[in-house]
Amino acid sequence: METIASVFTATHWSPYAVGIGIGVLSWLSFLISGKPIATSTTFARTGGMIENFVTGGKADQRPYYKKIKLLINWQWMLVLGVVLGSFLSALISGDLQFGVWVPSLWASAFGDSAVLRGFVALAGGVILGFGARFAGGCTSGHGISGTLQLAVSSWVSAIFFFIGGIITAHIIYLVIA
Amino acid sequence: MKTTQHVPKTTREAKDTSAKKDRRPLFFGLGFGILFGFLLHKGGATKYDVIVGQLLLTDFTVLKIMLSAVVTGMIGVYLMKSLGWIKLSIKGGSFGMNVLGALIFGVGFAVLGYCPGTIAGAIGNGYLDAITGGTVGIVLGTWIFAVMYPRLKDGILKKGDFGDITFPQLMKVNEWVVVVPAAVLIILILVWFERAGF
Repeated sequence: METIASVFTATHWSPYAVGIGIGVLSWLSFLISGKPIATSTTFARTGGMIENFVTGGKADQRPYYKKIKLLINWQWMLVLGVVLGSFLSALISGDLQFGVWVPSLWASAFGDSAVLRGFVALAGGVILGFGARFAGGCTSGHGISGTLQLAVSSWVSAIFFFIGGIITAHIIYLVIA
Repeated sequence: MKTTQHVPKTTREAKDTSAKKDRRPLFFGLGFGILFGFLLHKGGATKYDVIVGQLLLTDFTVLKIMLSAVVTGMIGVYLMKSLGWIKLSIKGGSFGMNVLGALIFGVGFAVLGYCPGTIAGAIGNGYLDAITGGTVGIVLGTWIFAVMYPRLKDGILKKGDFGDITFPQLMKVNEWVVVVPAAVLIILILVWFERAGF
C-alpha cells in the first residue's frame, strides 16, 4: 500500500511530477525572495573567494568579481541547499552512491579507471564553468528560470546548450568510444 | 505575504549593510535549495547516466523535467506578474554570449555529464567524479573566465547584443499572446515524447 512515507522513500518520481514541483518552487522563489532559481554564479564566487584566500585579496581587484560581488548570498545558500536536499532524498530512498567514481554509462564505453574519469570530469568542468559564465547562466538560470520568463537570451542559450551537448555526447560515444 | 522590493542602485550600500543584519534571505535560499535538490534527485537528474542519456537522445527524462518546469513556472510567474505581485528578472544577452558561450557550455555539459545545478545534486548523491574533478573543474573554469573577462567584455560578449528583452517585448504583443501558445506548444511536445515512447 502506498503511504505518504513511501512516496518520499521512493528513489524515482515521474519526471512530470518533479518538473511541476520545480515550476511551483520557481513561483515561491519569485514571490518570497524576488529572485529566479540559478546556480552557476555561485561557482564563480567560490573561485574568487579561493583566490582571495590564497593571494590575500587579489580577486577583489578583478572587474568580474567586482561585478558579481564575492559574498555568501542567497544563491550561494541555494546551491548548498541543493547538495543537502539531494543527500536527504538519496539517504531516505537508499540511493547514496558514496564510493562510485565511474558512472556506469561511462564505464561501459571507457572502462572503470577512476583516474581517467576524474581527469575527464575536471576537463569537462573547466569547459562548463567557462561556458556558463560566458553565456551568463546555466541550465538552471537560463534553461529553466530564464525560459519560463520568456527571456530571449535564455531561449537562445538553452537551445545552444543542447545543440553543443548533443553533438559532443555523440562524438564521445559514437566516434571516440 | 511578503512582496519583492527592488532597491535602486544608488542605495546599494544601504542594502548591503541591511543584508548583513537580515539573514532571512539566506535561510530562504537554503530552503529553496533543499527542495530543488530533493526534486532533482527524485527525478534522476543528479545522475551522469540520465543527463548523458538525454544528450545521446536515449533518455528524455531531463527534457521532460525541464519542459514541465518551464510550462508550470511560466503560467504562474506571468499570472503573478499580471497581478503586480512580482517583477521579472531578465538576463541580458547577445549572440556572442548566448550562442558561442552556450555552445562552449554544451561541450562541457557532455564531457562532464553534469551541469552546475545538477552537480550540486550529484555531490549530495555521493558521486565521487562530481565531488572531485567536476566541482574543481567548474570553479577553475569560472576563474579562467574572470581572468579573461576584461578582454572579453567589450568584444565578443557584446557581439550582436539584444539586451534584456522577453519574446512578448520583442514581438510587441500582450504577454498572454505568447504565454498561451508557448504553453500549448510545450505540452504538445511532451505529449509527442510520450506517444513516440521517448
